[in-house]
Formats: sequence, structure tokens, C-alpha cells
Amino acid sequence: MKKNSNVPLARRIKKNSVYYVMIAPFFLIFFLFIFIPVISAVVLSFTSFDMVQLPEFTGFDNYIRLLFDDEIFLKALQNTLIFAVVTGPVGFLLSFVVAWLINELNPALRKFITLVMYAPTLAGNIYFIWQFIFASDSKGLANSVLSSLGILQDPVNWLTDAKYSFAVVIIVLIWMSLGTGFLSFVAGLQSLDRSYFEAAAIDGIKNRWQELFYVTLPQMGPQLMFGAVMQISTAFAVGSVNQALTGFPSSNYSTHTLLLHMLDYGTVRFEMGYSSAIAVVLFILMMASWLLVNKVLKKYSEN
Amino acid sequence: MPEKQNFIKKQILEYKSRKRVRLSRSLGGTIMIFIFLAVVGAFMILPILYSIVQSLKPINEIFAYPPKFFVRNPTFDNFRQVLRLTDNLYVPFTRYLANSVGISVIGTAVYVVIASLTAYPLAKVNFPGVVVLSQIIVWTLLFRQEVTAIPQYIVIAKLGMVDTYWAILLPAMSGTMGVFLMKQFIITAIPDATLEAARIDGAGEFRIFFRIVMPAVKPAIMTLVIFTFQSMWNATGVQYVYSEQLKMLPSVLQTLAAGGIARTGAGSAVGVILMIPPILVFIISQSSVMETMSHSGLK
Repeated sequence: MKKNSNVPLARRIKKNSVYYVMIAPFFLIFFLFIFIPVISAVVLSFTSFDMVQLPEFTGFDNYIRLLFDDEIFLKALQNTLIFAVVTGPVGFLLSFVVAWLINELNPALRKFITLVMYAPTLAGNIYFIWQFIFASDSKGLANSVLSSLGILQDPVNWLTDAKYSFAVVIIVLIWMSLGTGFLSFVAGLQSLDRSYFEAAAIDGIKNRWQELFYVTLPQMGPQLMFGAVMQISTAFAVGSVNQALTGFPSSNYSTHTLLLHMLDYGTVRFEMGYSSAIAVVLFILMMASWLLVNKVLKKYSEN
Repeated sequence: MPEKQNFIKKQILEYKSRKRVRLSRSLGGTIMIFIFLAVVGAFMILPILYSIVQSLKPINEIFAYPPKFFVRNPTFDNFRQVLRLTDNLYVPFTRYLANSVGISVIGTAVYVVIASLTAYPLAKVNFPGVVVLSQIIVWTLLFRQEVTAIPQYIVIAKLGMVDTYWAILLPAMSGTMGVFLMKQFIITAIPDATLEAARIDGAGEFRIFFRIVMPAVKPAIMTLVIFTFQSMWNATGVQYVYSEQLKMLPSVLQTLAAGGIARTGAGSAVGVILMIPPILVFIISQSSVMETMSHSGLK
């Protein structure tokens, strides 16, 4: 691609008009259903808006209310951060480790294991089955197995007891965490140049670990970046699994998240300004963690 | 001449033997790897097997105490019961099924075309705005649809689309993942020289797109099909739609799952019906998906 900056912009746009026609259908939908919503969330977060009357400018009121007058928001923020900090990195690491371990297996076996690991993501809504595995009465599989092993005396209310429900949700989120990023890792490892590994073996690389850190990882930068974006986007959007398993609202808001808090104010109470402010908090968290991870990974792959 | 051939043969043999450098691998490590993979694999697959088993259990086995992982007398009663649920549901089961199939098929087809049409210029043409638009595509990967649900609802309401098929279809086609993957694939799959040659021959851009680009990116098309289909197929449609006759199949699963243990069998049956299509499509297109994903890196 050549830079031809001496040609006037208007003429360049006119010359390329066919490309704008090509991208128009998608970008029209994109601007209507993603771009405008994200921008309007930022604008509306500074207003009070109930969908009936016109938005009324209220400055930082929504944010002040969030921070100082809404204990459930603080609880949701805390939960979301814990969920994201646990399931994001664990999912990322697990995706990479599994992809790395199956890399040298024969193709048929690798294909099969890839399918098995990706199946929970593929099967989508099937996570509801965990509701029956962790059912509260003695007919739940977990209770029955644990009590027959003598670990439990009485059945545990896995999903409603705040002591356990958080851990159960984390288990299910990790179960679903080998997604698109995982596929990217598997494919990326397969396309690495084999001659590097042979050269390294001749140069005295002793074991798998040295090979991983000196040969494999430095070449995987782009895939790791993509995997990180995928994990961040999933880790902060936590909510639908919690709602399906532990109910809405969960007892004592033990598994309440920012997403659920946003939906609560947006769909039940129709406080769109307040709901938008929660959305903006989510956006900022996601973008900040992406910048952070981006920086760390860039620094690593430069060394 | 034969001398030269022999020389070449020798060279090839030597090259081949050099290729067989043994990478350092310990047996203990290999055993550990297989144990680890078996444990993680079991964790991934057992809940799915359990849902299949539950869907085949007769009612007395579902209520049996203690619960068994396996089924003793498998039956298709639960699947028949789902089809007969018409009495309890406001609209027949087949309506949800038709909605799901229709939305997923139409949505996937349209999305694949418009995403590819967008990806081609972004990958291969230096037009004003291409850098900004490409950056927007990457940043948007961060925003899953759940996160923008409320502001999106406001826009859909303003457009008067609440409670129509459009409210399910259009937001599902707004994601940038497909554009991103297709763009990455086109960058390496199609040499610039091929495009230049076609332009010199007088081919228009749409002609180039349909005749040169699309045939060369079949693996990426398959990948977009499976990803788009998978996300649309798993959509409940309940977010912006209230009329029961517009909702999709997963909403039935939600209703049944909320019914507690009495609905385990029927719920599992719907779950199994729901997971078969995406898994089948994935198995068929797995090699294409992998080929596409090897270009997915973010530089």
C-alpha cells in the first residue's frame, strides 16, 4: 500500500468510492447497533432518562450515586472484578497450556481433543445442566457423590448458599473458557516454523520448558494478543451464567455483577441514565485491562 | 545426467535426515501431559454427556435416589414430551424451532456476505479512513453484545423495532469478529499482484470480489459460517422481543430449566437438540476453522 498524500483528499475519496459502497452495508449496521449505542451510553450516563421524557442533564450525579449511594453496585463491582481476575487469566492460561500440550499429538487425536475442549463453548446454553449437577437436594449429583464418599453429611445448597455459589459460578465459567482464543492458540502453534525448534534443539535446548520460553512463546505474540482480547471481553461480560444458576437477584447479591446490575436498572426500573453509567464503568474496565495486557504482552514479545 | 540426478537424490536424503532432529522429550513428561489432558477433558465433556444421559432417562430414573450418572432403560420419551409441550407453551414447539432455523440461516448468510465485502477493501486497499476503521474493528472485539444491551435497546426502541424479527437479526449481525477474521485471512491469502492483474484486465471491484476473493477464502467463509451460526443459534431472542411467537428455541430451554427438577428430562432433551447442529457444523468445518484461526493474530 502506497501513501499518496499529495493527492487531495476529496479526489482520493471519489476515486475509491466503490470501496465505500462495499463496506456500507456492514458499517451501517455496525454504527446503528454498536457505535451509536456505545456513544449514547457515554452521553446518557450524564443524564436522567426514563425513555418517556427527554433526557435531563444531571452532570456527574449518576456516578456519584454509584460510588456513594449504591451498596449493591459496589458489591457488583467487587464481584465482577474477582470473577474477571480469576476466570480471565485462568481461562487464558488453560487455553494456552492445552493448546501447547496437544500440539505434537497426531492430527486425528489433536482434532478430537480440540473438539472436546471447545464443546462447552459450542454447546452454548447447555450450561444449565450444572443446575442439576449442583442441585440443592440429595438428588443433585454433586451432593450425592460427595455424601456417598463420606465427605458430606448433609446436602449443601450449592446455588443459594453464598458460601458456595460464587465458587460454583467460577467453576462453570472456567468450564466455558476455552473459546475462540483457544482455537487461535491451537492454530497458531501449528503454523509455527519447525526449523526454529530444530535449530534450538541443536543449540542445546534441553527440555520442553526451555523450548516453550525461548522458542515457542516469542513467536506467539499476535495469537496471545487476540486470545487476551477474547478473554477480557468474556470475563467482564459475566452475568448470564450467574443468573441461570443462582437466580436473579442471587441471595444477598452474592454473585451479582455489573452486567446484571445494568440490566436490572435498564429493563426493570427503566433508569436508562443510571444504567448507562454502569455500562460506561464496564467499558472503562474492559478498555483499561486491554491496554494493560497489551502493554505487558508487547513488552514481553520485544524482549 | 544420471550423476546429477544421483547428486540431487543424495542432497534430498541428507536434507531429510537433517529434518529428523530429535526434539528433547522425556517419557515422564509425556505421561504427565496425558494425565493432565485426561483430567481437563473429563471436566469438559462429562457435563455434556450427563445432559445427553438425562435426556434419555425415563421419569423414574430421573427421580431415582441416589442419582445415577448412567441410564439403565434409555427412552426417547423426553423428546416426545418436548414435541407435545404445545399444551403448556403459548405457541407450538415447532414455531420456536422455525424461528431459530430461519433467523440463524438468513442471518448467517447475510452476515457472511456483508462481512466479507467489508473485509476485502480493509485488507487490500489504501482508501481514506482505512486505518481508523480497522482500529475500530479491533477495539470492538472487546464489546460483547451483552455489554451494550441497554444502550442498544434504546436505539432499537427509537427505530421502532422492538418486538420484531429485526430486533433479533440486526444486532446479531453488527459484531466485528467475522470482519476481523476475514480481513486477516485475505491479507495473506490473496497476493496483491493477482488483484493488480485483474484490475489491468479491466475487472471491476465487485467482479474481483466475487470471482477472485471469495473463491480464495473458502476456509474463512466456513469459519464465519460456524461462528455466526453458533452465536445466532444460541440466542434466545428474549431481550428485545416479548411476543412468544417471535422467540427462539433457547428461550424454551430457559423456561424448562426454570421448572426445576421435574423438567430435567425435557430440558435436557431441548439442550441436546440445541447442541447437535453447532457441534456437527464444527466437526465438518474444523480444518477450515483451524486454517482461518492461524491468521487470527493481533499485530
